[in-house]
Amino acid sequence: MSKALLYDATMCIGCKQCEAACAQQNKLPYDDRVAAESVQSEHKYTVVMTKDDKFMRRLCMHCERPACASVCPVGAFHKTKEGPVVYDVWKCIGCRYCMVACAFAQPKYEWGSLNPRVRKCIMCPDRVVAGKQTACAEICPTGATKFGDRDDLIKEAQARIRDNPSNYQPRIYGLHEVGGTCVLILSSMNVEEYGYPASAKIGDTPMPEYTGRVMEKIPDFIPVWSLVLGGIYWISHRREEVAAVEGGEKKNGSKK
Amino acid sequence: MKIKLTFWRVVFLVIMAMGLYSSFVRYFRGLGAVSNMTDQFPWGLWIGFDCLCGVMLAAGGFCVIGAVYLFNVERLHSVVRPAVLTAFLGYLLFIVGLLFDLGRPWYIWHQLIYMNPHSVMFEVGMCVMAYTTVLFFEFLPNVLERFKLTTPIKWIKKIYAVLVVLGILLSTLHQSSLGSLYLIMPSKLHPFWYTPALPFLFFGSAIAVGLAMTIFESTQSAKALGRHLELPVLVELGGALLVALWVNALLRFEDYFHRGMLGQIIKPSYEAYFLWLELTLAFVIPITMLSFKKVRLSPSGLYLASVFSLLGFITNRLNVSLTGFETYVGHHYMPKWTEFSVTLMIIALGFALFGVAVRYLPIFPEEEHAVKPSLAKERQPEVATAVLSHARD
Repeated sequence: MSKALLYDATMCIGCKQCEAACAQQNKLPYDDRVAAESVQSEHKYTVVMTKDDKFMRRLCMHCERPACASVCPVGAFHKTKEGPVVYDVWKCIGCRYCMVACAFAQPKYEWGSLNPRVRKCIMCPDRVVAGKQTACAEICPTGATKFGDRDDLIKEAQARIRDNPSNYQPRIYGLHEVGGTCVLILSSMNVEEYGYPASAKIGDTPMPEYTGRVMEKIPDFIPVWSLVLGGIYWISHRREEVAAVEGGEKKNGSKK
Repeated sequence: MKIKLTFWRVVFLVIMAMGLYSSFVRYFRGLGAVSNMTDQFPWGLWIGFDCLCGVMLAAGGFCVIGAVYLFNVERLHSVVRPAVLTAFLGYLLFIVGLLFDLGRPWYIWHQLIYMNPHSVMFEVGMCVMAYTTVLFFEFLPNVLERFKLTTPIKWIKKIYAVLVVLGILLSTLHQSSLGSLYLIMPSKLHPFWYTPALPFLFFGSAIAVGLAMTIFESTQSAKALGRHLELPVLVELGGALLVALWVNALLRFEDYFHRGMLGQIIKPSYEAYFLWLELTLAFVIPITMLSFKKVRLSPSGLYLASVFSLLGFITNRLNVSLTGFETYVGHHYMPKWTEFSVTLMIIALGFALFGVAVRYLPIFPEEEHAVKPSLAKERQPEVATAVLSHARD
């Protein structure tokens, strides 16, 4: 069963310990200056944003059907059965299609590097496979970021909304968006106010289906189109041959 | 040997010098230093122009080959070689452009071993690789002829049918797939340009541009070489271009109509201005021009009409790849001068290599232009009427 993270913004106190733990886990620099940065970047996979006295976390959503994995020409991204969408840097050729394709704009790039990598939250795959929580969930002092089985977390999120309807927007962001994601978000505010793409805009269709509809036709298209083209070629050249033979006959005839 | 410094040679040298400086910045300072690309704008001018427009501008090869070898349009035979040359150079330069744009170009061969068949980019990559090989064999006879190596030419002639069919198949696939690349971004690309019909529109525009580009390059090289223009050929191409432009225009209209966008595209907005520019250049001006018989029979009229449509379709692809993302991102993207200079360097290289090839290889057979002028005059009215009736159909 696939693992997931449930982030409940109403429980978040904005301590940013998840940011620090994430940086440590992924060997990224972290100090006061990085902590003050309010956007994700190639050295900041997750960010806790503040608006008035409310907080919101952003990180890779780990889609059930990830766009990044489907578009990568060399398959540098793949969805693991445990849930994380991981990146094999040695395959990457740097085309950055993943960055353009991701509906959540999560992959970031090392623009200053001479051998640049794509950077994003990979949901601590080593820890998850070893049966441990992600670094961010483990360190979270309030349980705002909770790690668990996706199905269990969905039930828990639904229960929280049911028990405290005045506290929450009545929806779990990530339940259906782009076919479902492994990061689920509960909030009293609209997540769109923090830069998340609107549910209506990204829709419930898994992203790979948009290109898949075309790609799946190609195996049939190739033989059919080859036959058509080859057929036209044959006919038009056959006509030429016939014309040549007839022309020859005529000439012979006139000579006689 | 003394090389005269003409105006265009000085321009070429300046462009090359700036391009080399930018290449140095690209490979020794990184993509961030050489370009204005960011995490919000990961694809910039190099994808928008060098790749999307580059492949489109090289479409003349398969269009002319298809017309001559599939549909026996014998009259176009004399432009097969220049069209194949343009296509071959176009694809080589596209690969050069890719080597600038890829973050890790030294791993470009990974495409061949870590295959992801679900990826449109993978399909485009494989098709381009295969098609460049096909173009190499279609182009090779020029070189072999130059050195009078007749035996290998015979071998190539034997497989020519395969090359023709394969070339058109691969072109159909990747010209349309360049549009499919954008199908996965419904929430990002502006609805003026995001449509499920993208692959059809890209394929359609490739054919129109292929014809326009053949007119453009024939006129240019005739001027450069001091040759007589083969007017009947241009007239034929101009007629075909008019038809192709109409088909493209109808496709665009149909698409906007079906998606209920007609009301929106006539309302002024940032995107609408760019859309109007694109539609005016690609359709309104050249279609109006080519509708006059006088224009369709004059070399300069045909040349101008094709230049307008080329600019229009280039604007279209830049809109799809750059303008269409600005509202989503929330700010404008303006390429850095070093990005422009790399693109300019690649274009200049294209012109220079074309010039060299035309001078030293039998691209335009010598004996033809001695015969052509008189022939051209004789055939002109006959061809024109044929084209006219064709256009009416």
